[in-house]
Amino acid sequence: MKIMVIEHLAKLANLTLIGSEKKKLGQQLTEILEYVRQLEKVETKGVAPTSQVTGLENVFRQDETQASLSQDEVLANAKSQTKGFFKVKAIFEEMI
Amino acid sequence: MTLNQLNIKEAQSGLKKKQFSSMELTEACLEQIEKDDPKINAFITLDKKAALAQAETVDAEIKQNAAVFQTKPLLGIPLGIKDLFSTRGMKTTAGSKVLTDYYPVYDATVVRKLKAAGGIILGKTNLDAWAHGSSGENSDFGPTKNPWNLDYVPGGSSSGSAAALAAEMCLASTGTDTGGSIRLPASFCGVVGLKPTYGRVSRYGIIAMASSLDSIGHFAKSVTDAALILGVTAGQDPFDATTPDIKVPDYFQDLAKGVKGIKIGLPKEYFQQGLDPEVKKVVLKAVEQFERLGAKTVSVSLPHSAYALAVYYIIQPAEVSSNLARYDGIRFGFPRDRFSEEAKRRIILGTFTLSSGYYEAYYLKAMQVRTLIQEDFVQAFKKVDVLMAPVSPTLPFKLGEKIKDPLQMYLSDIYTVTANLAGLPGLSLPAGLVKGLPVGFQLLGPQFKEDCLLRVGAAYEQAATWPRKGAKR
Repeated sequence: MKIMVIEHLAKLANLTLIGSEKKKLGQQLTEILEYVRQLEKVETKGVAPTSQVTGLENVFRQDETQASLSQDEVLANAKSQTKGFFKVKAIFEEMI
Repeated sequence: MTLNQLNIKEAQSGLKKKQFSSMELTEACLEQIEKDDPKINAFITLDKKAALAQAETVDAEIKQNAAVFQTKPLLGIPLGIKDLFSTRGMKTTAGSKVLTDYYPVYDATVVRKLKAAGGIILGKTNLDAWAHGSSGENSDFGPTKNPWNLDYVPGGSSSGSAAALAAEMCLASTGTDTGGSIRLPASFCGVVGLKPTYGRVSRYGIIAMASSLDSIGHFAKSVTDAALILGVTAGQDPFDATTPDIKVPDYFQDLAKGVKGIKIGLPKEYFQQGLDPEVKKVVLKAVEQFERLGAKTVSVSLPHSAYALAVYYIIQPAEVSSNLARYDGIRFGFPRDRFSEEAKRRIILGTFTLSSGYYEAYYLKAMQVRTLIQEDFVQAFKKVDVLMAPVSPTLPFKLGEKIKDPLQMYLSDIYTVTANLAGLPGLSLPAGLVKGLPVGFQLLGPQFKEDCLLRVGAAYEQAATWPRKGAKR
């Protein structure tokens, strides 16, 4: 797999890879994809895909409020917070 | 004989008869951990103080009300918890440097149930980071060693849970099985490992790997103990919508009924080339044992088995890439640059197979073949009650032997991933030793037929002659 593709995938997945990692991953992914390519031999025309095995559908509960974690508990592991909120880096540039 | 060497049933009998206290039992486990864990590295986190405080409470409870055992089936039993299970106030790392300082503010449903049943949590056991691995070597906290021989891997990903039990540091431990992560280490460490039906045990609060495959189970020293724990952990959970409303049976009801009249299928695809002849020999000996016990064994075919690993290595990384997207270091843990090699590999692979232009060729195709694999099992279970197969194609391997070659490592799961794809229960049982290393076999059953697997497993265990107590160290 080309380095360019790996770089694009890393960007999509929000991962930072160093140069040697990209090369190694490219080789390993090519090998793994080569292995899984054997599925091409299986005839699957008209076979329904299985995404889950429980057979359950549309599992709902009553629309009632239930006890949940407190705000303090929810924020307990946050590295950066302000006034009871998670603090994140700015996403948008300031508009003038 | 020290108290940590007992199984749950024996320990409970002793506690009931007041031959020893919960405190003494817990201390014996902690002493064993202190003595051997520097070599084995089975635990990431140990909470001695909390465990001893819990034992003290248990002793007071027993003193006050001797009948308390009836409502608390695991009262006073020291447990190891795989460090993928959220434990309130106890560090939970998933074996990854991303979560080195994560203290959950709630318990996983299974942890809540184990605590309510009176279990004592000693600490959190080591694992391949995010449960990605077949050897335990992918842990960011150092590999776990196999207690039977420290040069060998204990199997993964539930490496610490299996090794801790084999080294008699606890009386049972929890695990997760997405592609074999309970059955493989159970086999490599010579303990009983149960992977329940998908949805039988709640996944709530357990760090997700591949959500359509993850199954929550445990390790025990005996089939009876495994049945006891399943009775505690199984059942519908409003916090996990994939747990159906199916009654949890009394797993002891049929446990001692034996295997007369039981039909055991031997899937021929699991005994072909690639299987180590020494492993094959041990498994076939267990087959003979079943025949002597009155079971009928027949050869069956699961024609799409050869494709299972390829299907698994598309579906699983796809779901991994999606599940690991939530780790952004904002709400808890550290940023994504702390992911180690295997997690990155799976995220990138999953991102690729799910990306537009490749989705149909890889992911959709894999989901279709998954249907065919599931159908193979449906057909087979029309003819037999359970299936029996090796767990791993090889003996436990040496540390470092496969870690540089991901595809070779992935091939360790070749006999185990099928049960996850089809959502079936699997029970891994110790069957013997080769070169001083344990070999196991697995029993697979139809969905929600854990009771049948346990019954068949118990019959074998009763008759087995090789000494399973304790790994030599």
